[in-house]
Amino acid sequence: MSTATTNGKTAARTARRNPIAGILTWADDRTGLATASKKQIRKVFPDHWSFMLGEIALWSFVVLLLTGTFLTLWFKPSMGEVVYNGSYDQLRGVSMSEAYASTLHISFDVRGGLLMRQMHHWAAMLFVGAMFVHMMRVFMTGAFRKPRELNWIIGGLLLQLGILEGFAGYSLPDDLLSGTGLRIAQGLMQAVPVVGTYVSFFVFDGEFPGDAIIPRLYTVHVLLIPGILLALIGAHMLLLVYQKHTQWPGPGRTNENVVGYPMLPVYAAKAGGFFFIVFGVTALMGGLMSLNPVWRFGPYNPSQVTAGSQPDWYMGVAEGLLRIFPGWETHIFGFTISWNILIPGVVLPGVIFTVFFAYPFLEAWITGDKREHHLLQRPRNAPTRTAFLVGMMTLYGLLWAAGGNDILAVTFHLNLNYITYFMRVAVFVGPVIAFLITRRWCISLQRADRDRLLHGFESGIIMRSPEGAYAEKHLPISVDEAYTLTARDRDELVQAPTPADENGVANRKVRMMRLRARLSQYWYGTAIQKPTAQELEEAQHHAEHELEVHEDGHQHLESGDYSGEYEFDGHAADGHQFDGRHAIEGEELRKH
Amino acid sequence: MTEHDNPTGTTPQPRGGHGTDVATVEPAGDPIADPGMHPHEPRPTDVDEKAARRAERQVATLFGLSSLFAILCVVSYFAFPIGDDPAIILGFGASNVALGLCLGLALLCIGIGAIQWARKLMSDVEIVEARHPVASSEKDREEAVVALNQGISDSGIARRPLIRNSLIGALAALGLPAIVFLRDLGPLPGGDLSSTVWKKGMRVVNDVAGTPIRPEEVEIGQLINAEPGVFFEENAEGEPKFEGTHLNQAKGKAAVILVRMKPSDITPAKGRENWGVDGILCYSKICTHVGCPISLWEQQTHHLLCPCHQSTFDLADNGKVIFGPAARALPQLPIMVDGEGYLVAQSDFHEPVGPSYWERGER
Repeated sequence: MSTATTNGKTAARTARRNPIAGILTWADDRTGLATASKKQIRKVFPDHWSFMLGEIALWSFVVLLLTGTFLTLWFKPSMGEVVYNGSYDQLRGVSMSEAYASTLHISFDVRGGLLMRQMHHWAAMLFVGAMFVHMMRVFMTGAFRKPRELNWIIGGLLLQLGILEGFAGYSLPDDLLSGTGLRIAQGLMQAVPVVGTYVSFFVFDGEFPGDAIIPRLYTVHVLLIPGILLALIGAHMLLLVYQKHTQWPGPGRTNENVVGYPMLPVYAAKAGGFFFIVFGVTALMGGLMSLNPVWRFGPYNPSQVTAGSQPDWYMGVAEGLLRIFPGWETHIFGFTISWNILIPGVVLPGVIFTVFFAYPFLEAWITGDKREHHLLQRPRNAPTRTAFLVGMMTLYGLLWAAGGNDILAVTFHLNLNYITYFMRVAVFVGPVIAFLITRRWCISLQRADRDRLLHGFESGIIMRSPEGAYAEKHLPISVDEAYTLTARDRDELVQAPTPADENGVANRKVRMMRLRARLSQYWYGTAIQKPTAQELEEAQHHAEHELEVHEDGHQHLESGDYSGEYEFDGHAADGHQFDGRHAIEGEELRKH
Repeated sequence: MTEHDNPTGTTPQPRGGHGTDVATVEPAGDPIADPGMHPHEPRPTDVDEKAARRAERQVATLFGLSSLFAILCVVSYFAFPIGDDPAIILGFGASNVALGLCLGLALLCIGIGAIQWARKLMSDVEIVEARHPVASSEKDREEAVVALNQGISDSGIARRPLIRNSLIGALAALGLPAIVFLRDLGPLPGGDLSSTVWKKGMRVVNDVAGTPIRPEEVEIGQLINAEPGVFFEENAEGEPKFEGTHLNQAKGKAAVILVRMKPSDITPAKGRENWGVDGILCYSKICTHVGCPISLWEQQTHHLLCPCHQSTFDLADNGKVIFGPAARALPQLPIMVDGEGYLVAQSDFHEPVGPSYWERGER
């Protein structure tokens, strides 16, 4: 028990405490924050430029929340008709929806309003774009493998919702272009068999365009989808923190550790700083680069459209699918099935996303790989997967180009019909060609890696044999590089069941196992494996022999078919003694 | 053979300074042992106080510049007018450009400063953190299963299927109101999609001014965007009969185009011989693909192209699809001349206009 040491008139005072420590103590007393955060504060993240792509998506989402909130202060999500009376001369006196009029108001009569509108739209482009590129990075490096399949799926949902959110967003101003987009969406809904017209009438509260779609989309755009996005982003990040980030293999970097810098202070500064950079770049884009100038399009009118109508870039693929699909329609028992809309608009996107979500499981099933992977793969070391991605990218690019076939025709003075016919074939042929080329390319790169491991790098030193044959001297690569090149798994084929095994297994299962073995055979196919220790040793022995300096002080060249009796002068060509790879003490130009 | 016993086979001399981490040979046949992490190499700012102070100045300058730009941003907000008489720089709205530039630079300076700080002055010693298996330990799993089973058996849900089944039923039944409550999202389609406002005797008028059209005013090769005359009529109270949403909904189906071709070029289908007036034909303007208004007219070939997805229709051949994703011909509106010499509809369209739908029928 402690008492005051004086009987003075002032109360005894404790020593002045650090106010921050005080706040932290207060918080910990109530939340137990210290236990939860003691390990997270200095949590290690590995460093690589490609890990920044997801960060762009994250930060542009924050920019979207900030700029979007600003816009809601003025935007009126209403299709009620008003006569415009604002600052934009060309539209004064024109009847339009309140949504469009308030968008014009934000653009022309709110200081910083146009900036925020353009920043919001640019950030949306960045958001979806960064998610796409991030996804490709994850795919190409095998970062979706166990235990990260769930995060792959969450990422896929984020991408899908991001695209939907973008579409809802650019429909809100109710200008001629966005109304055309909605009209197309309505056409897609209406084409769904049996329930199509009902869906359309419920969504639009009657016939298109109705007066409900803008307020409804507004709620979806500012509340529903952002809420889901936020929750999914939270889950995505939590899993990332719990599972720890993947890393590239290298000296000291294994499947069992993470090597990098601590959250506080390095990543707090780097990632926090990067938020300001993304924000700043968006602000510069919003200030300097015009985007979606809705005032030029005019209010929506269902009987008008502008030539060269284009959606935002991420809808280009859907647009391309719609454009190149042939005009197939079936009439049966008095009902109409519009294959020309149903397949490109509903079925194919469903198929694409199903393959997307199922991919990690399909690959794991084919390869039989059930291990945890925390080391990234170089794209070349998974030739079939990389080739699949490049095939998909080719398909995406072709469809995207097909979505602008009119622009291509006008820009390059081509025949629009021929472009479309070409695309109809190219979407089947192009991805296959891209797949085959990429696979071979990857395997060639693997060969090059293997050569480098076994024979070293090209030193640039040319050796001449006594007969006059020339050969370039190879020198061994560093241990670091050699280790990094070999730090990958050996591909293991799934074995088909032998007849002896088959007896005990049901027939269908055997067929599946055979299929799997065949797929695995194709999957790994002719991929090049890293050399074994024995192969490396032989190569080393060979190299040492070549470089050996005999007792007579001479190096014997053992290259090509040479087997003569001449000896090679143990010196490299004059000047090469200063190539930076050797000690140069006592070396001088030989001058002969 | 030399006396090297380095297992790498590629590098005779391991570089000095390796081996700070445990070097292991993986049993999976990794041919080269992990050489371990390199020792930390100091940066200039780690060893040279002058370099460190320079970096400190750089970071502080960037942060200082940021404040400057933030102030400039506020100044621009008040300095450049917008609205009726906006200030213009180089053809851009001055306010937008200045605000964007100042805000962008203010933000970038903070970002670049923070990253420079991290790169130059914060420790760049790499830290190794061990990974633990993502899965819980066997013991934890077992305990969780025990707890789960205990909870389940406590509830008796397995032993008392009556409770379980009636609860499932109750929850499923709750789905009904959830769906039914959405019923008033919109009316049922009914026959709305199959008819338009066109009817016998309704004038075909210019879509901008609403003026009725005489056949002799339409030249060969000309295309006129037209609408039903009722869109420009007023009711007894002097108000437009159609406005706002109703106008847009009606327009989305009833918009038409008038074209005049040489009568000899036209090959009308059976029953359509009298649908035009001296080579003037009237077609729905709404594409049969997904409903964009069609208006790109190729005079010489009589082709009409949809700007959205490039479906092309031959108007001399009953609006037949000759290219693109549309499946059905463009619906034709039969027209004639009324007593005053103006073009009018003979009837409504004989089939639903616009994109296809399930219950559209085979018309």
